[in-house]
Amino acid sequence: MTLALSGEKIARQIEKRFPESVIESGADSLLVKGDSLLEVAAYLKSTPGLDFDYLTAITAVDYYDYFEVVYQLTSLKHNHGLVVKTRCYDRDNPVLPSVVSLWRGADFQEREIYDLMGISFEGHPNLKRIVLWEGFEGHPLRKDFL
Amino acid sequence: MEVDEVYSSRKLDEVEGKAINELIARSQETIPDPDGWLDEELKRNILLTTVDAVINWGRRSSMWPVFCFPACCAFEFMTTAASRFDISRFGMEIVRASPRQADLMITAGTLTWKMAPQVKRIYDQMAEPKWVIAMGACAISGGIFRSSYSVVPGYNRIIPVDVYVPGCPPRPEALLYGIGMLHKKIAKMSITSGDGE
Repeated sequence: MTLALSGEKIARQIEKRFPESVIESGADSLLVKGDSLLEVAAYLKSTPGLDFDYLTAITAVDYYDYFEVVYQLTSLKHNHGLVVKTRCYDRDNPVLPSVVSLWRGADFQEREIYDLMGISFEGHPNLKRIVLWEGFEGHPLRKDFL
Repeated sequence: MEVDEVYSSRKLDEVEGKAINELIARSQETIPDPDGWLDEELKRNILLTTVDAVINWGRRSSMWPVFCFPACCAFEFMTTAASRFDISRFGMEIVRASPRQADLMITAGTLTWKMAPQVKRIYDQMAEPKWVIAMGACAISGGIFRSSYSVVPGYNRIIPVDVYVPGCPPRPEALLYGIGMLHKKIAKMSITSGDGE
């Protein structure tokens, strides 16, 4: 079974390299600032010993006050996993950096989040609706969608 | 990124989206069920009765369904088509991929607005006379997805429906009963009253 790495341990490691990039960390996940997401993700992917070469899933959650985007990372080399979260407080125009340049698998999932949750991913090569049709109004997975 | 050419063009998406939004705007009312055949008995022409009987027998004995199985009711249709229930007893075992060769559309499943233009196009491409069986709760009214933002609340928003088969999904017996109802309906049709109706 894939070993879940401790978020606290990884957070300390990241903090050394990128100070003040981690907001909080727990036993199973760590919360990263939106601005430093891309560099932290690149670090997690390319650091020997971590080698998170596979992005299992991205999801987004609407907590009314903010959107939380959850990245589930896996290393096929070491058979371990990590959950990285980031938050987006701007409800009218939420923007986060895209991780497609690191993991191609993020392409469709970021488009799905853009489609249903309305979060824009900066640097995505083809950010448009994927499930719903062009011209649909609103983002249906938002809690205030009616 | 150098892989831009693998993505579909945004222009195409906009054309598709426009067509879907136009279809939604056009389909706010349900299409009335075809019921002209109910009066057929009254005005039946005595000279043509035998011709009608032969033609109707031919029509109902070899109804070929077209592929329109967007969701889970399709499995119940497959069961109906397979050996235990065996719709080849009614001359229906040939499910056609081409709407030009089909008489009957069994709408087995939830239809989303994004899929609706294609289903309407398949129906429009079928040659007259043609019939539609709405199979299952989703096909009748949208079912549990009726209030959804993306689901067509009943096929009768986009195409006229002849027989409704309730169930979620309907058992094969129910679908066979629905087919039997359609046979009875076809038996009452007359060629003197135009295309099927």
